[in-house]
Amino acid sequence: MKIHEYQAKTLLAKAGLPVPKGEVAFKASEARSIAERFGGRVVVKAQIHAGGRGKGGGVQVVDGAEAAEQTAEKMLGMNLVTAQTDSTGQVVRQLLVEEAVEITAEYYFGIVIDRERARPVVMASSAGGMEIEQVAADTPELICKQVIDTPHGLFDFQARSLAYEIGLSGAVARQAAEVMVASQRLFVDIDASLLEINPLVVTKSGDVLILDAKMSLDDNALYRHMDLAALRDVSEEDALEVEASKYDLNYIRLDGNIGCMVNGAGLAMATMDIIKLAGGNPANFLDVGGGANTDQIRNAFRIVLADTNVKAVLINIFGGILRCDVLASGVIDAVKELDVDIPVVIRMEGTNVEDGKSILRGSGLNFTTVLTMDEAASAVVALAADSK
Amino acid sequence: MAVLIDEQTRLVVQGLTGREGTFHAQAAAEYGTPVVAGVTPGKGGTTHQGWPVFDTVREAVAVTDANTSVIFVPPAVAADAIIEAADAGIRVVVCITEGIPVADMVTVLGKIRGTTTRLVGPNCPGILSAGKGKVGIIPGHIAQEGRVGIVSKSGTLTYEAMHQLTMRGLGQTTCVGIGGDPLIGTTFVDILRLFESDAATEAVVLIGEIGGSAEEEAALYIKEGFSKPVIGFIAGQTAPPGRRMGHAGAIVAGGKGTADEKMAALKDAGVVVVKSPAEIGQAVAAALGVA
Repeated sequence: MKIHEYQAKTLLAKAGLPVPKGEVAFKASEARSIAERFGGRVVVKAQIHAGGRGKGGGVQVVDGAEAAEQTAEKMLGMNLVTAQTDSTGQVVRQLLVEEAVEITAEYYFGIVIDRERARPVVMASSAGGMEIEQVAADTPELICKQVIDTPHGLFDFQARSLAYEIGLSGAVARQAAEVMVASQRLFVDIDASLLEINPLVVTKSGDVLILDAKMSLDDNALYRHMDLAALRDVSEEDALEVEASKYDLNYIRLDGNIGCMVNGAGLAMATMDIIKLAGGNPANFLDVGGGANTDQIRNAFRIVLADTNVKAVLINIFGGILRCDVLASGVIDAVKELDVDIPVVIRMEGTNVEDGKSILRGSGLNFTTVLTMDEAASAVVALAADSK
Repeated sequence: MAVLIDEQTRLVVQGLTGREGTFHAQAAAEYGTPVVAGVTPGKGGTTHQGWPVFDTVREAVAVTDANTSVIFVPPAVAADAIIEAADAGIRVVVCITEGIPVADMVTVLGKIRGTTTRLVGPNCPGILSAGKGKVGIIPGHIAQEGRVGIVSKSGTLTYEAMHQLTMRGLGQTTCVGIGGDPLIGTTFVDILRLFESDAATEAVVLIGEIGGSAEEEAALYIKEGFSKPVIGFIAGQTAPPGRRMGHAGAIVAGGKGTADEKMAALKDAGVVVVKSPAEIGQAVAAALGVA
């Protein structure tokens, strides 16, 4: 689960870490009063879940309360397009208003879980304020790493080594090392899956400060952090994806016109792949899960069809635990209830497949049933093209 | 011959008395797997569907000589169940549970590193050795004793591959679902090593997906001299970057973990990489010279 910069900074500040003085504003008038209280120059930062906000115009330094209000007026409600959003962008609903600080140097600090080592890894770099993926590709030697020994966490000496390696010294190095150790402790305490402090800066007065923070929490661990679960901002997510999550359905909206309903994440991805291979474009990824019941099938169908781009639907099921007869009944119920008027191609295989097929045949509904996945893909691509 | 599950297997089911545990223990027994015990803390001393239930894995091992365990417990207690099984000396632990916190898996993998326990999963369909036994949720009726080993991150794609091999009369030796989580106990390379020394396995189907670099590592291992033909498929060739495709581990992050990279690495290692999962059976037949 991604959280906003202002939420991440609140968590960091609570853990005693140095962040700029700042408050969140949902209205332009709030931005004004925050700026008034802070006095002088402030930074107005759009709060969306995508990165690259600065280049898209989502971060502005302004002088005084009047300017802060005007900038906030413009930013709130705008569709902010960045390298990490789609072409329509993300609507800005809240702003972080921070005291502006004068900085002398920028660094990068991040914590991720290394899959191959099965341990957290902390990374630091002198190339601050840049996309770390780009740094990794162009100048990998500028990224310094330390593998974390669990359960102890990042040792002080490891943090100091990182600070020295990225070119810090003296009191600043010591401060930076403290930030690293405390951040890593917070990372563990809240079951984070990603923390990026980019940039970590040194101010003109010689202090280390967290200027920007990006944080994701492990969805699977939220049950032990009910307070953090409340940080979820569903307005940042696709409405259909939010709806699907209520029924334990894994749905991701894409930009094609062929709706997909599949059991199993691997098969669902493979179904998207074969649709593309056959010259079509999937409208979604949808895994109904291994043990779906008729109710879930009905809801899944409803969500797939709620995307108005969908011109045809491909149902691809390998019945393991999910029996084909249960699937067939669920699909028939859904098609009748939802008054489906677009072509539906069904390919199913596995447990009780013959029962499933005879249920479909006996329904009197107009399904296209096929035997193999390749046939299914060509059939649905042709039907989607016809119904344009 | 087969790997991991064979005539020596004696299975204890952790979470036997739950709905999933009961259903799949029965299916395993019907397939011929020696299910010898169940473990549900608090229900020790009772029996469930004829099987003795113990409070701890250690007791189950002491009384029934169980050497393999399958875990059907909720995610919040799954890490503890895995470590308990390892602590009791279980040889193969298969964890079906989906949704275990990553931090818990860091602890689990740290704990079992260097022990004799092999963890398969979590978030996997388990293992089936055709005609010998099954541990997990792979449907037995689609299997047929035969010549091909399968190792896969995906459950339903494993079933697809099994079905195609059965339809062609090629059958399977052992099918291993290693799971779709970012942190898992057994990798492609671990299973390839086992298949290399299994005389009955004549070819291997390897089914990967986007995210991580386990497929690239498998490619390196195969290149170093894996002696049997490998047929590969990578799911997620058209997945959008930055999105998690159902499986917790299936994500292309920062341009890394793409299907293209994985397919290229496997091809470079001499693997026959098919673009559609529908072509797996045919490609295996061709590799074995029976097409």
